[in-house]
Amino acid sequence: MMSTIFCIDYTLLIVLQGALLLGITSGMLGCFALLRQQSLLGDAISHAALPGIVLMFLCTHSKNPWVLLIGGACAGVIGVISMQFVCTHTTLKKDAVLGIILSVFFGFGLVLMTVAQKVPTSNQAILNKFLFGNVATLLEQDIRAIAVLSLLIVITLFVCWKECVMYVFDPLFAHSLGFKPRIIETVLTILLILAIIIGLQTVGVILMSTMLIAPAAAARQWITRFGSMVLCAALFGGCATTLGVYASSVIDHMPTGPAIVVVASCIVFISLLCAPQRNVAS
Amino acid sequence: MNMLHVEILIIAIVAAVTCCLPGVFLVLRGVAMMSDAISHAILLGIVVMFLFIQQLTSPLLIIGASLSGILTVLCTEMIIKSKRLKQDAAIGLVFPLFFSVGVILVSQFARNVHLDTDMVLLGELAFTPFNRLIIYGIDYGPAALWVMGAALILNALFIWVFYKELVITTFDATLATMTGFTPTVFYYALMINTSITTVATFDAVGAIMVVALMITPPATAYLLTHRVSDMLFLTLFFAIMSAIGGYSVACWADVSIAGSIASMTGVFFLGGLFFKNKRKHLTML
Repeated sequence: MMSTIFCIDYTLLIVLQGALLLGITSGMLGCFALLRQQSLLGDAISHAALPGIVLMFLCTHSKNPWVLLIGGACAGVIGVISMQFVCTHTTLKKDAVLGIILSVFFGFGLVLMTVAQKVPTSNQAILNKFLFGNVATLLEQDIRAIAVLSLLIVITLFVCWKECVMYVFDPLFAHSLGFKPRIIETVLTILLILAIIIGLQTVGVILMSTMLIAPAAAARQWITRFGSMVLCAALFGGCATTLGVYASSVIDHMPTGPAIVVVASCIVFISLLCAPQRNVAS
Repeated sequence: MNMLHVEILIIAIVAAVTCCLPGVFLVLRGVAMMSDAISHAILLGIVVMFLFIQQLTSPLLIIGASLSGILTVLCTEMIIKSKRLKQDAAIGLVFPLFFSVGVILVSQFARNVHLDTDMVLLGELAFTPFNRLIIYGIDYGPAALWVMGAALILNALFIWVFYKELVITTFDATLATMTGFTPTVFYYALMINTSITTVATFDAVGAIMVVALMITPPATAYLLTHRVSDMLFLTLFFAIMSAIGGYSVACWADVSIAGSIASMTGVFFLGGLFFKNKRKHLTML
């Protein structure tokens, strides 16, 4: 399909828009997750969303992915709340708690999925779509929904910028100034869940973790100021998704999600090798 | 309950016991998510090995898978050692890349082969008894049981022989170094052990159930006791009970066996939360 290099058709344009928005939003939110050492939270939430998605399907029999994703978002919220409950009430290490929530929720999702398969109107493809994502099936109304969600994320970050940054660097100081750490944390987590909802549509459960970590990790190597780092991560995220989508449209049978992940990882490894010795983030 | 059910149940129990043994030390060391990383990354090893030998049943695939598991650990450690990224970010970067490269290789070079990427993730316990080990016409039972049995013996021997070393390097790396044990050696030994366990079991039960069985029963036991030896036995108990309970529920409701066992480990963990030990910290022996 080398002939399509210079003619960008309508479908590709739609896909590019969706991927670009995902790259920008997940890049920005990834910076907060990276500095709070919660990079794997995204991985856990995206797995935990599965039972919600299937349960929503069982209740509504809807084929509209956005209806199902509302269920996914609810399951993600429940996953985060149970994670915080276990973390505060036990001495278990954080990564063990992440692993428990991830695997148990996903396992329960599998159980529900076998129930859903017995429903006569069920469509296995819809549910499988969330495992590996399928950016090529995005429609124009999907792009509109993704754009609204992305705008919501960016505006919230912009409005709560000062509070969020203070919380990331010094939660105690933020608390002493009268900001409620719990509220800021909840806002950041909800934004993360929204970004994951976009990601489930495009790159799928497993590869979502890269979308959150890679742009932020690459930006962290080059830039020490947090504001510039967030912008840089958005740029890296946008570049990675655009290049990935482009590669998958040029090369035959190249799956989009994995192509995006490989490009994003390349950006990180180049940054790890080439970036100058860095200082503490400020 | 016929022979088939008994065989599936035995395979489930052996898988549960095999996975939970290295899981105890993963949870204690705070590297539990490494099991998630390894269980996804082995897809790359399987695909690369397959492209070389063009056979889906060869034992070489298992070696390839183990190698890619170990490679994941090495890459992650290298990134952490460079001090440029923290542990969680390093783990979260390496395994999706390995998985993606695996998926891309399948889509480019092995499209016509029955090498499903979701098989690696989900597994299908109900089909394992049909793949039997037959030598010179004599039926020796399900092949998966032999592979897992070997991994189980390896895990049990590893923990039995190096119990003292594992405990001391887990709790006090400085003391271990001073007394002449090298913590790094035991860390990598544990990781190799985890890789082999994952490879031996994921085929039957799927990557996600491997993660559930490696992390959740040890974490449940951790809540209830403050001695490592008790934790090991409680872990075994919870793993076996999860396998039996999960399989019974799956048969009764006719749902995914792997998913049901994973959910059952979660039910036991919930129970553990209610009865958890008030004492805060684990002591050494």
